[in-house]
Amino acid sequence: MFQPIADSATAQPVLALGEPLLEFDRVGLEYPFEGSMRRIIEDVTLSVQPGEFVAIVGPSGCGKTSILRMVSGLNPAPIGAVRYRGETIRRPMKNVGMAFQNPVLLPWRSTLDNVLLPLEIVQPYKREFKQRKAEFVQMAQDLLKTVKLQDFQKQFPWQLSGGMRQRASLCRALIHQPEILLLDEPFGALDAFTREEMWVMLQALWMRVKCVSILITHDLREAVFLADRVYVMGARPSSIIYDVKIDLPRPRTLEMELSDEFNHYFSNIRRHIQH
Amino acid sequence: MNRFLKSKSASFVLPFIATVLLFILWELAVIIFKIPPFNLPSPSNIFQAMTQFAPQLITNAGRTLWTTLVGFSVAVLVGVLLGFLIGYSRIAYLMLYPLLVAFNTIPKAAIVPLLAIWFGANAIPATITAFLLAFFPIAVNVALGLDTVEPEMKDVLRSLGATQVETFQKVGFPHTLPYIFASLKIAASFAFIGAVISESVASNAGLGYLIVQATADFNVPLAFAGLMVLALMGVILYGFFVLAEKKIIYWAR
Repeated sequence: MFQPIADSATAQPVLALGEPLLEFDRVGLEYPFEGSMRRIIEDVTLSVQPGEFVAIVGPSGCGKTSILRMVSGLNPAPIGAVRYRGETIRRPMKNVGMAFQNPVLLPWRSTLDNVLLPLEIVQPYKREFKQRKAEFVQMAQDLLKTVKLQDFQKQFPWQLSGGMRQRASLCRALIHQPEILLLDEPFGALDAFTREEMWVMLQALWMRVKCVSILITHDLREAVFLADRVYVMGARPSSIIYDVKIDLPRPRTLEMELSDEFNHYFSNIRRHIQH
Repeated sequence: MNRFLKSKSASFVLPFIATVLLFILWELAVIIFKIPPFNLPSPSNIFQAMTQFAPQLITNAGRTLWTTLVGFSVAVLVGVLLGFLIGYSRIAYLMLYPLLVAFNTIPKAAIVPLLAIWFGANAIPATITAFLLAFFPIAVNVALGLDTVEPEMKDVLRSLGATQVETFQKVGFPHTLPYIFASLKIAASFAFIGAVISESVASNAGLGYLIVQATADFNVPLAFAGLMVLALMGVILYGFFVLAEKKIIYWAR
Protein backbone atom coordinates (compact mmCIF):
# COMPACT_ATOMS: atom_id res chain seq x y z
CA MET A 1 0.00 0.00 0.00
CA PHE A 2 0.98 3.60 0.04
CA GLN A 3 3.78 4.10 2.49
CA PRO A 4 4.16 7.38 4.27
CA ILE A 5 7.33 9.26 3.41
CA ALA A 6 8.57 8.89 7.02
CA ASP A 7 9.45 5.23 6.33
CA SER A 8 11.80 5.99 3.50
CA ALA A 9 13.14 9.08 5.23
CA THR A 10 14.81 6.94 7.92
CA ALA A 11 17.34 5.82 5.33
CA GLN A 12 18.39 9.44 4.77
CA PRO A 13 20.91 11.24 6.97
CA VAL A 14 18.98 12.30 10.04
CA LEU A 15 18.48 16.02 10.35
CA ALA A 16 18.81 17.70 13.66
CA LEU A 17 15.55 19.16 14.88
CA GLY A 18 14.87 22.54 13.33
CA GLU A 19 17.62 22.19 10.75
CA PRO A 20 16.35 23.37 7.36
CA LEU A 21 15.95 20.79 4.60
CA LEU A 22 16.20 23.39 1.91
CA GLU A 23 18.10 26.65 2.13
CA PHE A 24 18.36 29.68 -0.11
CA ASP A 25 21.54 31.57 0.63
CA ARG A 26 21.63 35.09 -0.88
CA VAL A 27 20.36 33.78 -4.20
CA GLY A 28 20.40 36.15 -7.18
CA LEU A 29 19.72 36.07 -10.88
CA GLU A 30 20.87 38.35 -13.69
CA TYR A 31 19.85 38.57 -17.32
CA PRO A 32 21.67 40.29 -20.13
CA PHE A 33 19.47 43.13 -21.38
CA GLU A 34 20.48 45.81 -23.91
CA GLY A 35 24.18 45.30 -23.36
CA SER A 36 24.21 45.30 -19.58
CA MET A 37 23.32 42.75 -16.94
CA ARG A 38 20.00 43.36 -15.29
CA ARG A 39 19.18 42.02 -11.87
CA ILE A 40 16.01 39.97 -11.75
CA ILE A 41 16.33 38.42 -8.33
CA GLU A 42 18.33 39.86 -5.48
CA ASP A 43 19.44 38.35 -2.20
CA VAL A 44 16.72 35.78 -1.64
CA THR A 45 17.44 34.06 1.62
CA LEU A 46 14.98 31.64 3.14
CA SER A 47 14.88 28.17 4.59
CA VAL A 48 12.33 25.42 4.40
CA GLN A 49 11.84 22.92 7.22
CA PRO A 50 11.17 19.22 6.57
CA GLY A 51 7.52 18.67 5.74
CA GLU A 52 6.83 22.35 5.25
CA PHE A 53 4.50 23.65 2.56
CA VAL A 54 5.75 26.99 1.27
CA ALA A 55 4.03 29.36 -1.12
CA ILE A 56 5.81 32.11 -3.03
CA VAL A 57 3.65 34.92 -4.36
CA GLY A 58 4.54 38.03 -6.26
CA PRO A 59 3.88 40.07 -9.39
CA SER A 60 4.44 38.38 -12.71
CA GLY A 61 7.96 38.57 -14.07
CA CYS A 62 9.52 38.71 -10.61
CA GLY A 63 11.41 35.47 -11.16
CA LYS A 64 9.19 33.04 -9.24
CA THR A 65 9.54 30.34 -11.84
CA SER A 66 13.32 30.80 -11.88
CA ILE A 67 13.31 30.10 -8.15
CA LEU A 68 11.63 26.74 -8.77
CA ARG A 69 14.07 25.85 -11.49
CA MET A 70 16.92 26.54 -9.10
CA VAL A 71 15.48 24.09 -6.60
CA SER A 72 14.89 21.41 -9.22
CA GLY A 73 18.44 21.94 -10.41
CA LEU A 74 17.24 22.38 -14.00
CA ASN A 75 18.82 25.85 -13.84
CA PRO A 76 21.04 26.00 -10.72
CA ALA A 77 21.34 29.33 -8.94
CA PRO A 78 23.96 31.50 -10.72
CA ILE A 79 24.50 33.79 -7.73
CA GLY A 80 24.46 32.56 -4.15
CA ALA A 81 23.46 28.96 -3.45
CA VAL A 82 20.44 26.74 -2.96
CA ARG A 83 21.31 23.92 -0.58
CA TYR A 84 19.43 20.69 -0.05
CA ARG A 85 20.42 18.77 3.07
CA GLY A 86 23.47 21.04 3.26
CA GLU A 87 24.61 20.31 -0.29
CA THR A 88 24.57 22.95 -3.01
CA ILE A 89 22.27 22.02 -5.88
CA ARG A 90 24.33 22.10 -9.05
CA ARG A 91 22.62 19.60 -11.37
CA PRO A 92 19.05 18.33 -11.87
CA MET A 93 17.77 16.63 -8.72
CA LYS A 94 16.71 13.06 -9.25
CA ASN A 95 13.74 12.80 -6.98
CA VAL A 96 11.56 15.81 -7.50
CA GLY A 97 7.87 15.93 -8.27
CA MET A 98 6.74 18.69 -10.59
CA ALA A 99 3.43 20.09 -11.79
CA PHE A 100 2.92 23.07 -14.08
CA GLN A 101 0.02 25.17 -15.27
CA ASN A 102 0.02 22.90 -18.32
CA PRO A 103 -0.56 19.35 -17.03
CA VAL A 104 1.59 17.79 -19.84
CA LEU A 105 0.20 14.28 -19.62
CA LEU A 106 1.42 11.85 -22.26
CA PRO A 107 -1.45 11.62 -24.78
CA TRP A 108 -0.71 8.00 -25.66
CA ARG A 109 -1.03 6.81 -22.07
CA SER A 110 -4.16 6.22 -20.05
CA THR A 111 -4.61 8.18 -16.82
CA LEU A 112 -3.32 5.24 -14.80
CA ASP A 113 -0.25 4.75 -17.00
CA ASN A 114 0.48 8.47 -16.87
CA VAL A 115 0.51 8.36 -13.09
CA LEU A 116 2.77 5.28 -13.16
CA LEU A 117 5.38 7.02 -15.37
CA PRO A 118 7.76 8.14 -12.57
CA LEU A 119 7.92 4.59 -11.20
CA GLU A 120 9.29 3.43 -14.56
CA ILE A 121 12.15 5.92 -14.25
CA VAL A 122 13.01 6.60 -10.60
CA GLN A 123 14.99 4.04 -8.59
CA PRO A 124 14.36 1.83 -6.64
CA TYR A 125 10.93 1.51 -8.27
CA LYS A 126 12.32 1.16 -11.79
CA ARG A 127 14.30 -1.95 -10.83
CA GLU A 128 11.28 -3.59 -9.29
CA PHE A 129 8.69 -2.33 -11.74
CA LYS A 130 7.92 -5.71 -13.31
CA GLN A 131 7.79 -7.72 -10.08
CA ARG A 132 5.83 -5.17 -8.04
CA LYS A 133 3.61 -3.90 -10.84
CA ALA A 134 0.40 -4.93 -9.09
CA GLU A 135 1.44 -3.11 -5.93
CA PHE A 136 2.41 0.01 -7.89
CA VAL A 137 -0.90 0.00 -9.72
CA GLN A 138 -2.60 -0.16 -6.33
CA MET A 139 -0.54 2.86 -5.20
CA ALA A 140 -1.58 4.79 -8.29
CA GLN A 141 -5.21 3.83 -7.80
CA ASP A 142 -5.10 5.00 -4.19
CA LEU A 143 -3.81 8.39 -5.31
CA LEU A 144 -6.38 8.64 -8.10
CA LYS A 145 -9.08 7.85 -5.58
CA THR A 146 -7.91 10.72 -3.38
CA VAL A 147 -8.52 13.11 -6.26
CA LYS A 148 -11.75 11.31 -7.28
CA LEU A 149 -10.42 9.98 -10.55
CA GLN A 150 -10.87 6.29 -9.73
CA ASP A 151 -13.44 5.90 -12.51
CA PHE A 152 -11.22 7.48 -15.15
CA GLN A 153 -8.11 5.29 -14.95
CA LYS A 154 -8.48 3.86 -18.43
CA GLN A 155 -9.37 7.16 -20.12
CA PHE A 156 -6.88 9.00 -22.29
CA PRO A 157 -5.98 12.64 -21.55
CA TRP A 158 -8.16 14.02 -24.35
CA GLN A 159 -11.15 12.41 -22.68
CA LEU A 160 -10.56 14.31 -19.42
CA SER A 161 -11.46 17.88 -18.50
CA GLY A 162 -8.75 20.42 -17.70
CA GLY A 163 -9.23 20.00 -13.97
CA MET A 164 -9.13 16.21 -14.20
CA ARG A 165 -5.93 16.35 -16.20
CA GLN A 166 -4.36 18.59 -13.58
CA ARG A 167 -5.43 16.20 -10.80
CA ALA A 168 -3.83 13.31 -12.68
CA SER A 169 -0.65 15.33 -13.09
CA LEU A 170 -0.57 15.98 -9.31
CA CYS A 171 -0.83 12.23 -8.73
CA ARG A 172 2.04 11.72 -11.15
CA ALA A 173 4.10 14.34 -9.30
CA LEU A 174 3.64 12.49 -6.00
CA ILE A 175 3.57 8.76 -6.75
CA HIS A 176 7.32 8.22 -6.42
CA GLN A 177 7.22 9.91 -3.01
CA PRO A 178 9.50 12.76 -4.02
CA GLU A 179 11.43 14.61 -1.34
CA ILE A 180 10.43 17.91 -2.88
CA LEU A 181 7.21 18.83 -4.67
CA LEU A 182 7.42 21.84 -6.98
CA LEU A 183 4.20 23.46 -8.16
CA ASP A 184 4.37 26.22 -10.76
CA GLU A 185 0.95 27.89 -10.87
CA PRO A 186 -0.66 24.48 -11.22
CA PHE A 187 -4.22 25.81 -11.16
CA GLY A 188 -3.63 29.00 -13.13
CA ALA A 189 -5.62 27.80 -16.13
CA LEU A 190 -8.67 26.56 -14.19
CA ASP A 191 -11.89 28.36 -13.35
CA ALA A 192 -12.50 29.59 -9.80
CA PHE A 193 -14.79 26.74 -8.73
CA THR A 194 -12.52 24.01 -10.05
CA ARG A 195 -9.56 25.74 -8.50
CA GLU A 196 -11.01 25.66 -4.98
CA GLU A 197 -11.88 22.02 -5.43
CA MET A 198 -8.28 21.40 -6.47
CA TRP A 199 -6.92 23.07 -3.32
CA VAL A 200 -8.80 20.61 -1.18
CA MET A 201 -7.60 17.66 -3.23
CA LEU A 202 -4.00 18.85 -3.35
CA GLN A 203 -4.08 19.27 0.42
CA ALA A 204 -5.44 15.74 0.81
CA LEU A 205 -2.70 14.36 -1.44
CA TRP A 206 -0.01 16.34 0.29
CA MET A 207 -1.13 15.30 3.78
CA ARG A 208 -0.51 11.68 2.76
CA VAL A 209 3.14 12.30 1.90
CA LYS A 210 4.01 15.51 3.81
CA CYS A 211 6.99 16.28 1.61
CA VAL A 212 8.54 19.71 1.28
CA SER A 213 6.43 21.62 -1.19
CA ILE A 214 6.99 24.91 -2.94
CA LEU A 215 3.99 26.47 -4.61
CA ILE A 216 4.35 29.38 -7.01
CA THR A 217 1.11 31.26 -7.45
CA HIS A 218 -0.37 34.69 -7.90
CA ASP A 219 -3.62 33.67 -6.23
CA LEU A 220 -3.20 34.92 -2.65
CA ARG A 221 -6.15 32.91 -1.32
CA GLU A 222 -4.61 29.80 -2.78
CA ALA A 223 -1.34 30.58 -1.02
CA VAL A 224 -3.05 31.13 2.35
CA PHE A 225 -5.23 28.06 1.97
CA LEU A 226 -2.42 25.65 1.12
CA ALA A 227 0.78 26.92 2.68
CA ASP A 228 2.38 26.78 6.12
CA ARG A 229 4.37 29.85 5.20
CA VAL A 230 3.86 32.45 2.51
CA TYR A 231 6.74 34.45 1.04
CA VAL A 232 6.00 37.63 -0.89
CA MET A 233 8.40 38.74 -3.59
CA GLY A 234 8.57 42.37 -4.67
CA ALA A 235 8.94 43.93 -8.10
CA ARG A 236 12.27 43.80 -9.95
CA PRO A 237 14.91 43.36 -8.78
CA SER A 238 12.89 41.17 -6.49
CA SER A 239 13.66 39.80 -3.11
CA ILE A 240 11.50 38.55 -0.26
CA ILE A 241 9.71 41.61 1.07
CA TYR A 242 7.36 39.88 3.50
CA ASP A 243 6.80 36.43 4.94
CA VAL A 244 4.13 35.10 7.19
CA LYS A 245 3.46 31.81 8.92
CA ILE A 246 -0.08 30.61 8.37
CA ASP A 247 -1.34 29.11 11.60
CA LEU A 248 -4.53 27.53 10.41
CA PRO A 249 -5.29 23.95 11.46
CA ARG A 250 -5.23 21.13 8.89
CA PRO A 251 -7.06 19.80 7.04
CA ARG A 252 -8.21 23.24 6.02
CA THR A 253 -11.69 23.54 4.59
CA LEU A 254 -13.26 25.93 2.12
CA GLU A 255 -15.45 27.31 4.95
CA MET A 256 -12.30 28.58 6.64
CA GLU A 257 -11.90 30.96 3.74
CA LEU A 258 -14.72 32.99 5.27
CA SER A 259 -13.16 33.17 8.72
CA ASP A 260 -11.66 36.41 10.07
CA GLU A 261 -8.35 34.70 10.61
CA PHE A 262 -8.10 33.66 6.97
CA ASN A 263 -9.06 37.10 5.75
CA HIS A 264 -6.61 38.70 8.13
CA TYR A 265 -3.77 36.71 6.53
CA PHE A 266 -5.11 37.49 3.10
CA SER A 267 -5.38 41.25 3.56
CA ASN A 268 -1.96 41.41 5.23
CA ILE A 269 -0.33 39.78 2.23
CA ARG A 270 -2.45 41.83 -0.15
CA ARG A 271 -1.20 45.03 1.46
CA HIS A 272 2.43 44.06 0.96
CA ILE A 273 1.98 43.17 -2.66
CA GLN A 274 0.60 46.60 -3.60
CA HIS A 275 2.75 48.61 -5.94
CA MET B 1 -27.73 11.71 -43.49
CA ASN B 2 -25.42 13.11 -40.84
CA ARG B 3 -25.07 9.70 -39.28
CA PHE B 4 -24.15 8.24 -42.62
CA LEU B 5 -21.47 10.90 -43.13
CA LYS B 6 -19.85 9.89 -39.86
CA SER B 7 -20.01 6.15 -40.60
CA LYS B 8 -17.06 4.13 -41.87
CA SER B 9 -18.69 3.09 -45.12
CA ALA B 10 -19.17 6.73 -46.14
CA SER B 11 -15.42 7.13 -46.60
CA PHE B 12 -15.52 4.36 -49.20
CA VAL B 13 -18.90 4.92 -50.84
CA LEU B 14 -18.68 8.69 -51.40
CA PRO B 15 -15.30 8.75 -53.19
CA PHE B 16 -16.55 5.87 -55.34
CA ILE B 17 -19.67 7.83 -56.30
CA ALA B 18 -17.54 10.90 -57.09
CA THR B 19 -15.29 8.83 -59.36
CA VAL B 20 -18.25 7.32 -61.22
CA LEU B 21 -19.79 10.80 -61.67
CA LEU B 22 -16.50 12.14 -63.02
CA PHE B 23 -16.33 9.27 -65.53
CA ILE B 24 -19.92 9.89 -66.68
CA LEU B 25 -19.27 13.63 -67.17
CA TRP B 26 -16.05 12.85 -68.98
CA GLU B 27 -17.75 10.29 -71.26
CA LEU B 28 -20.53 12.79 -72.07
CA ALA B 29 -18.06 15.60 -72.77
CA VAL B 30 -16.11 13.42 -75.19
CA ILE B 31 -19.34 12.46 -77.00
CA ILE B 32 -20.90 15.94 -77.06
CA PHE B 33 -17.77 17.83 -78.15
CA LYS B 34 -16.70 14.99 -80.47
CA ILE B 35 -13.15 14.87 -79.05
CA PRO B 36 -11.00 12.40 -81.02
CA PRO B 37 -9.56 9.50 -78.92
CA PHE B 38 -5.94 10.48 -79.66
CA ASN B 39 -6.57 13.81 -77.94
CA LEU B 40 -8.67 12.69 -75.03
CA PRO B 41 -9.99 9.14 -74.95
CA SER B 42 -13.30 8.53 -73.19
CA PRO B 43 -13.39 6.37 -70.03
CA SER B 44 -15.03 3.52 -71.95
CA ASN B 45 -12.21 3.76 -74.44
CA ILE B 46 -9.67 3.62 -71.65
CA PHE B 47 -11.29 0.61 -70.00
CA GLN B 48 -11.27 -1.10 -73.35
CA ALA B 49 -7.53 -0.44 -73.62
CA MET B 50 -7.11 -1.73 -70.08
CA THR B 51 -8.64 -5.12 -70.91
CA GLN B 52 -6.90 -5.29 -74.26
CA PHE B 53 -3.44 -4.56 -72.87
CA ALA B 54 -3.98 -6.14 -69.46
CA PRO B 55 -0.83 -8.34 -69.53
CA GLN B 56 1.47 -5.40 -70.37
CA LEU B 57 -0.21 -3.18 -67.80
CA ILE B 58 0.12 -5.80 -65.08
CA THR B 59 3.81 -6.58 -65.67
CA ASN B 60 4.75 -2.91 -65.95
CA ALA B 61 2.64 -1.94 -62.93
CA GLY B 62 4.34 -4.75 -61.00
CA ARG B 63 7.72 -3.34 -61.94
CA THR B 64 6.77 0.19 -60.90
CA LEU B 65 5.25 -1.01 -57.64
CA TRP B 66 8.36 -3.02 -56.85
CA THR B 67 10.85 -0.20 -57.54
CA THR B 68 8.65 2.27 -55.69
CA LEU B 69 8.32 0.07 -52.61
CA VAL B 70 12.03 -0.73 -52.45
CA GLY B 71 12.96 2.95 -52.86
CA PHE B 72 10.30 3.96 -50.35
CA SER B 73 11.41 1.40 -47.73
CA VAL B 74 14.99 2.60 -47.92
CA ALA B 75 13.68 6.19 -47.71
CA VAL B 76 11.74 5.35 -44.52
CA LEU B 77 14.80 3.80 -42.93
CA VAL B 78 17.21 6.59 -43.94
CA GLY B 79 14.64 9.35 -43.40
CA VAL B 80 13.75 8.25 -39.86
CA LEU B 81 17.39 7.79 -38.84
CA LEU B 82 18.42 11.10 -40.36
CA GLY B 83 15.43 12.83 -38.78
CA PHE B 84 16.33 11.54 -35.32
CA LEU B 85 19.95 12.55 -35.88
CA ILE B 86 19.19 16.15 -36.85
CA GLY B 87 16.36 16.32 -34.31
CA TYR B 88 18.57 15.33 -31.40
CA SER B 89 22.00 16.63 -32.30
CA ARG B 90 22.49 20.34 -32.76
CA ILE B 91 25.79 19.75 -34.57
CA ALA B 92 24.20 17.31 -37.03
CA TYR B 93 21.36 19.78 -37.57
CA LEU B 94 23.66 22.70 -38.34
CA MET B 95 25.90 20.61 -40.59
CA LEU B 96 23.37 18.55 -42.48
CA TYR B 97 20.20 20.59 -42.74
CA PRO B 98 21.44 23.17 -45.31
CA LEU B 99 22.88 20.31 -47.39
CA LEU B 100 19.57 18.47 -47.27
CA VAL B 101 17.64 21.55 -48.36
CA ALA B 102 20.10 22.24 -51.16
CA PHE B 103 19.85 18.66 -52.31
CA ASN B 104 16.08 18.67 -52.14
CA THR B 105 15.82 21.71 -54.40
CA ILE B 106 17.56 19.90 -57.27
CA PRO B 107 14.88 18.68 -59.73
CA LYS B 108 15.24 14.92 -59.59
CA ALA B 109 14.43 14.60 -63.32
CA ALA B 110 17.80 16.25 -63.93
CA ILE B 111 19.62 13.48 -62.08
CA VAL B 112 17.99 10.56 -63.88
CA PRO B 113 20.23 10.73 -66.99
CA LEU B 114 23.26 10.63 -64.69
CA LEU B 115 21.86 7.65 -62.84
CA ALA B 116 21.23 5.95 -66.18
CA ILE B 117 24.88 6.47 -67.15
CA TRP B 118 26.07 5.03 -63.84
CA PHE B 119 23.68 2.13 -63.49
CA GLY B 120 22.20 1.56 -66.96
CA ALA B 121 18.61 1.94 -68.14
CA ASN B 122 17.04 -0.51 -65.71
CA ALA B 123 15.24 -0.70 -62.37
CA ILE B 124 18.08 0.82 -60.33
CA PRO B 125 17.68 4.49 -61.41
CA ALA B 126 13.94 4.25 -60.75
CA THR B 127 14.50 2.83 -57.25
CA ILE B 128 17.06 5.51 -56.46
CA THR B 129 14.82 8.35 -57.71
CA ALA B 130 11.91 6.99 -55.66
CA PHE B 131 14.18 7.00 -52.62
CA LEU B 132 15.55 10.48 -53.32
CA LEU B 133 12.10 12.04 -53.54
CA ALA B 134 10.68 10.23 -50.52
CA PHE B 135 13.32 10.48 -47.81
CA PHE B 136 13.34 14.27 -47.40
CA PRO B 137 9.78 14.82 -46.11
CA ILE B 138 10.25 11.90 -43.72
CA ALA B 139 13.51 13.25 -42.28
CA VAL B 140 12.09 16.77 -41.90
CA ASN B 141 8.92 15.54 -40.17
CA VAL B 142 10.77 13.29 -37.74
CA ALA B 143 13.05 16.18 -36.79
CA LEU B 144 10.02 18.42 -36.40
CA GLY B 145 8.28 15.84 -34.19
CA LEU B 146 11.27 15.66 -31.85
CA ASP B 147 11.51 19.42 -31.79
CA THR B 148 7.90 19.94 -30.72
CA VAL B 149 8.01 17.92 -27.48
CA GLU B 150 6.76 20.33 -24.80
CA PRO B 151 9.65 21.74 -22.76
CA GLU B 152 7.66 21.09 -19.58
CA MET B 153 7.47 17.41 -20.51
CA LYS B 154 11.23 17.31 -20.88
CA ASP B 155 11.55 19.05 -17.50
CA VAL B 156 9.33 16.44 -15.85
CA LEU B 157 11.53 13.67 -17.19
CA ARG B 158 14.79 15.42 -16.34
CA SER B 159 13.64 16.10 -12.81
CA LEU B 160 12.93 12.38 -12.43
CA GLY B 161 16.53 11.71 -13.46
CA ALA B 162 15.62 10.10 -16.78
CA THR B 163 18.49 9.31 -19.16
CA GLN B 164 18.52 10.51 -22.78
CA VAL B 165 17.52 7.01 -23.92
CA GLU B 166 14.62 6.89 -21.46
CA THR B 167 13.41 10.31 -22.55
CA PHE B 168 13.47 9.08 -26.14
CA GLN B 169 11.59 5.86 -25.29
CA LYS B 170 8.95 7.42 -23.10
CA VAL B 171 8.36 10.71 -24.89
CA GLY B 172 10.45 11.45 -28.00
CA PHE B 173 9.53 8.38 -30.01
CA PRO B 174 5.77 8.16 -29.31
CA HIS B 175 5.46 11.92 -29.75
CA THR B 176 7.11 11.66 -33.17
CA LEU B 177 4.96 8.75 -34.43
CA PRO B 178 2.07 10.93 -35.73
CA TYR B 179 4.61 13.08 -37.56
CA ILE B 180 6.17 9.98 -39.10
CA PHE B 181 2.80 8.81 -40.39
CA ALA B 182 1.91 12.21 -41.77
CA SER B 183 5.17 12.16 -43.72
CA LEU B 184 4.73 8.53 -44.87
CA LYS B 185 1.49 9.45 -46.60
CA ILE B 186 3.20 12.25 -48.53
CA ALA B 187 6.37 10.25 -49.12
CA ALA B 188 4.45 7.30 -50.60
CA SER B 189 3.08 9.49 -53.40
CA PHE B 190 6.49 11.08 -53.86
CA ALA B 191 8.09 7.67 -54.26
CA PHE B 192 5.63 6.81 -57.05
CA ILE B 193 6.36 10.11 -58.77
CA GLY B 194 10.10 9.49 -58.48
CA ALA B 195 9.89 5.98 -59.92
CA VAL B 196 7.70 7.07 -62.84
CA ILE B 197 9.88 10.10 -63.70
CA SER B 198 12.88 7.84 -63.89
CA GLU B 199 11.06 5.19 -65.92
CA SER B 200 9.88 7.72 -68.44
CA VAL B 201 13.38 9.12 -68.95
CA ALA B 202 15.59 6.07 -68.79
CA SER B 203 14.25 2.56 -68.30
CA ASN B 204 13.32 -0.66 -69.99
CA ALA B 205 10.04 -1.30 -68.17
CA GLY B 206 7.52 0.19 -65.72
CA LEU B 207 4.39 2.30 -66.10
CA GLY B 208 6.37 5.46 -66.90
CA TYR B 209 8.11 3.58 -69.70
CA LEU B 210 4.76 2.18 -70.89
CA ILE B 211 3.12 5.62 -70.95
CA VAL B 212 5.97 7.18 -72.94
CA GLN B 213 5.97 4.28 -75.41
CA ALA B 214 2.18 4.36 -75.80
CA THR B 215 2.19 8.12 -76.51
CA ALA B 216 4.96 7.65 -79.05
CA ASP B 217 2.73 5.07 -80.80
CA PHE B 218 -0.27 7.47 -80.60
CA ASN B 219 -1.96 4.83 -78.44
CA VAL B 220 -3.37 7.51 -76.13
CA PRO B 221 -6.01 5.24 -74.52
CA LEU B 222 -3.22 2.92 -73.34
CA ALA B 223 -1.28 5.89 -71.94
CA PHE B 224 -4.38 6.92 -70.00
CA ALA B 225 -4.89 3.35 -68.83
CA GLY B 226 -1.33 3.47 -67.47
CA LEU B 227 -2.08 6.72 -65.65
CA MET B 228 -5.21 5.24 -64.09
CA VAL B 229 -3.40 2.16 -62.84
CA LEU B 230 -0.78 4.49 -61.37
CA ALA B 231 -3.41 6.61 -59.60
CA LEU B 232 -5.09 3.48 -58.27
CA MET B 233 -1.84 2.13 -56.81
CA GLY B 234 -1.14 5.51 -55.23
CA VAL B 235 -4.55 5.59 -53.58
CA ILE B 236 -4.18 2.03 -52.29
CA LEU B 237 -0.77 2.73 -50.73
CA TYR B 238 -2.11 5.95 -49.19
CA GLY B 239 -5.12 4.10 -47.80
CA PHE B 240 -2.83 1.48 -46.33
CA PHE B 241 -0.99 4.14 -44.33
CA VAL B 242 -4.21 5.76 -43.20
CA LEU B 243 -5.39 2.42 -41.80
CA ALA B 244 -2.01 1.66 -40.22
CA GLU B 245 -1.99 5.13 -38.66
CA LYS B 246 -5.42 4.60 -37.10
CA LYS B 247 -4.27 1.30 -35.62
CA ILE B 248 -0.91 2.45 -34.29
CA ILE B 249 -1.74 5.99 -33.17
CA TYR B 250 -4.82 4.89 -31.26
CA TRP B 251 -4.66 7.84 -28.85
CA ALA B 252 -5.11 10.56 -31.46
CA ARG B 253 -8.56 11.63 -32.51
